[in-house]
Amino acid sequence: MAKKLPKVPVVIAGMGWAGSIIASELTKAGIKTVGLERGKERKMSDYLMVHDELRFQHREELMQDLSKETITSRNNQGMRALPMRHYGTFIVGDGLGGAGSHWNGQTYRFLPYDFEIKSLTEKRYGKNKIKPEYPLQDWGITYDEMEPYYDTFEKMSGISGETVELYGHRSNPYPTGPMLKTPVLEEFEKAAKKLGYNPYMMPSANLSENYTNPDGIARAACQYCAYCENFGCEYGAKADPVVTTIPVAQKTGNLDLRVHSNVTRILNDGTKATGVVYVDTFTGEEFEQPAEVVVLASYVFNNVRLLLNSGLGKPYNPDTGTGVIGKNYCYQVSSGYSTLYYNDREFNLYAGAGALGIEIPEFTGDNFDHTNENFLHGAGVRSTQYGNRPIANNNAPIGTPAWGEEFKNQSIKYANSVLQVKSQGASLPHRNNYLDLDPTYKDAYGMPLLRMTYDYTEQDRQLVKYISKITRAIAEEMGPDHIDTVGEQAPFNVNVDTNTHNTGGVIMGADPKDSAINSYQQMWDAENVFVVGASAFPHNSCFNPTGTLGALSYRAAEGIGRYLKEGGSLV
Amino acid sequence: MSDKEKNQVEDRTRRTFLRNSGFALGGIVIGGTVGSLLGTTDTKNESNVNTESGAPVANPNVALMFFYPEEYETTMAAAERIFPKNDLGPGAMELNAGIYIDHQLASQWGVNARDYTDGPFYKPEPTQGEQIKVLRKDLFRLGLKGLDNYSNENYQTNFADLEAAEQDEVLTAFEKGEGPSLSGVSTSDFFKLLRQLTIEGIYADPLYGGNKEMLGWQMRKYPGTYMSYVKEIKSDEFVELDQQSLHSHMGHS
Ligand SMILES: Cc1cc2nc3c(=O)[nH]c(=O)nc-3n(C[C@H](O)[C@H](O)[C@H](O)COP(=O)(O)OP(=O)(O)OC[C@H]3O[C@@H](n4cnc5c(N)ncnc54)[C@H](O)[C@@H]3O)c2cc1C
Ligand code: SF4
Repeated sequence: MAKKLPKVPVVIAGMGWAGSIIASELTKAGIKTVGLERGKERKMSDYLMVHDELRFQHREELMQDLSKETITSRNNQGMRALPMRHYGTFIVGDGLGGAGSHWNGQTYRFLPYDFEIKSLTEKRYGKNKIKPEYPLQDWGITYDEMEPYYDTFEKMSGISGETVELYGHRSNPYPTGPMLKTPVLEEFEKAAKKLGYNPYMMPSANLSENYTNPDGIARAACQYCAYCENFGCEYGAKADPVVTTIPVAQKTGNLDLRVHSNVTRILNDGTKATGVVYVDTFTGEEFEQPAEVVVLASYVFNNVRLLLNSGLGKPYNPDTGTGVIGKNYCYQVSSGYSTLYYNDREFNLYAGAGALGIEIPEFTGDNFDHTNENFLHGAGVRSTQYGNRPIANNNAPIGTPAWGEEFKNQSIKYANSVLQVKSQGASLPHRNNYLDLDPTYKDAYGMPLLRMTYDYTEQDRQLVKYISKITRAIAEEMGPDHIDTVGEQAPFNVNVDTNTHNTGGVIMGADPKDSAINSYQQMWDAENVFVVGASAFPHNSCFNPTGTLGALSYRAAEGIGRYLKEGGSLV
Repeated sequence: MSDKEKNQVEDRTRRTFLRNSGFALGGIVIGGTVGSLLGTTDTKNESNVNTESGAPVANPNVALMFFYPEEYETTMAAAERIFPKNDLGPGAMELNAGIYIDHQLASQWGVNARDYTDGPFYKPEPTQGEQIKVLRKDLFRLGLKGLDNYSNENYQTNFADLEAAEQDEVLTAFEKGEGPSLSGVSTSDFFKLLRQLTIEGIYADPLYGGNKEMLGWQMRKYPGTYMSYVKEIKSDEFVELDQQSLHSHMGHS
């Protein structure tokens, strides 16, 4: 029997960006909040010995322990889903700060087009442009309504960047200027400008300069130390909940933070939650935490899984297209890139930062004409400089053997002489791509795992083909000795594809028929449950998700505050 | 203990080992793998230099915590073909990739401690990732045995004793999944593990036992780990830095 604890106003499952933003906003407003986090405690000094490629990148020290739980995957309903036994593709956050401790920090806003994608597409191209198997939806909120929340998130995290003409209007410039335009990025810039594009520096949560945020949190400038993606920042230069939001919440005295606490179920009667059940991951002891408001901030996968395992909300049925929980799971496409090899030039590729990059806006969203194209939306075409660590980066022209003397010669020859023009493409929902519960496999606590049914679609393949021509043209303009372009999108492979941007499953919208939550992330079916994170995205844009999910978290916090006072539906 | 005393103790230990192992009976020449193994231990792995006296000191980390000596031999031979010594610099053997692999297989990673290991196990589609029930440490051991079995079948000798070109033929067969089934696991899965571990043994921080004296990094002008590259990243010219390992960050807290 679970031990029943005293009731609290708010309980949050998961303390990454989403959970910690809610916690800091509510506790600042004087609301007692319990934060439950399945992983370990974490503080900035933990990052002092973090420049270890093996431990943190290849042994995934900071990520979810897959022996406790994983997902199962299959490409279509005809296949048997099997567990992802070790990492290969997306890696999942764990511990205080969640993936916010080891993310890159590329911090974008989505486009005005994204929030009204259905209406705007139909307006420009007619009703028949969106094929019926792609359930594109408006988000139930406009860019203009989102803008103040983006602004708040960017100020909290101190985003460094420059205003881009083609993107949505900004009420304020970025809080800090763009990062260093390094010689590597200048190569891309020169070529892109020659081709008539307008490159801009990628918006970054790696601070370009020292910065103190509105909560009084002071952080140092980025040192371009190159141990950023997959690592924590020992300078606090990278915005991380452990450095920004969590200390603020803790200082109020209103946050009761419990680590090693894995939430397994939401207690509910189908229309209202009464609290959550969680397990102490060390002792196995079970607790019941009653609360006025339950917030799920346990990342896309567990947000969906907790709802399904708790019987809350209507599960999506791909055969009828009805139901919403698990619907519109999206990812991103990152094929279509070109790799550039230089015979006589060396760059300082060992140096870099997680969000150091340059990009062109011309092929994002609906910023180019799709009348004659067989796809919608687009991609960010970009060059980055993360710091090429040696286990992960052994590039050699296609056709080079994967081992032996030639491999050694080529991978060493190009170690400091290889650049890439990459792309990050939008992912639109397809009725056959969804999340539900696995019928066979369970987690360490006996709860069914989440099953992912996903493959790239015709839309994705056409998009990749189109974009690969753009990356190729820029690569050619950059003038290397050899270029390899990957022009086709292969099937989704759970051990190969390396994008970490999973979205959807508990999507927002204006209508309970085709969405699970409203624009305050409040569940239509249970008004005291708020589901926060990229699970709310009805589709995935061609940008990294955290800026948008951060903004939505601020809106959700505002909604929860109002709900505690007024009750009822917030829209 | 002075270095001289230390060396004497080591010599004594080695003599004791030879006696106890029953291979060195006064005057009889030690042949085969054991001989070369002892040779390896003697010369290749003990060249860490004591900076004060300039004399070589032993690195106690160069010892086996997982492999049996013959397995270590086979591993080194195979890893050397993945990343051979040539004009550019040392190969896997000299970089102590074998020691690295030994230590990794003895670690929690060797027993798949952070992998999802619940059954049932089914044959996956190519897009579903490996579904291997056998633990990494066991698969590696089976793979080494498989290399010898395959070599004996086709060349009538153990893998470590083959010519380099023949070793490459064996490894190529394994890469393609040809050769004996390893308790139901394909030789290609073993090959993948071998390749991954070899690359890691060359380029992981020396704290893990490979990348000896950071020579793996030096070959590709990788500086290892510095706290800041603000200056270097702005430079149009390539800036070559001395290698530094994680050890240099000790004591910062
Ligand atoms: C290597 C990497 C690089 C990335 N780079 C970028 C980038 O450059 N830009 C960008 O926008 N995004 C990036 N992302 C994605 C970004 O990190 C995530 O979008 C963001 O951190 C998600 O925040 P979240 O709070 O929703 O989820 P998370 O950060 O995953 O937090 C969820 C938390 O909930 C906890 N939890 C889960 N289940 C339970 C449970 N049952 N009980 C209790 N606790 C639970 C988890 O342990 C975790 O701490 C990257 C991700 C990775 C992995
Ligand atoms: S690159 Fe910059 S932001 Fe990233 S970890 Fe290093 S110092 Fe921190």
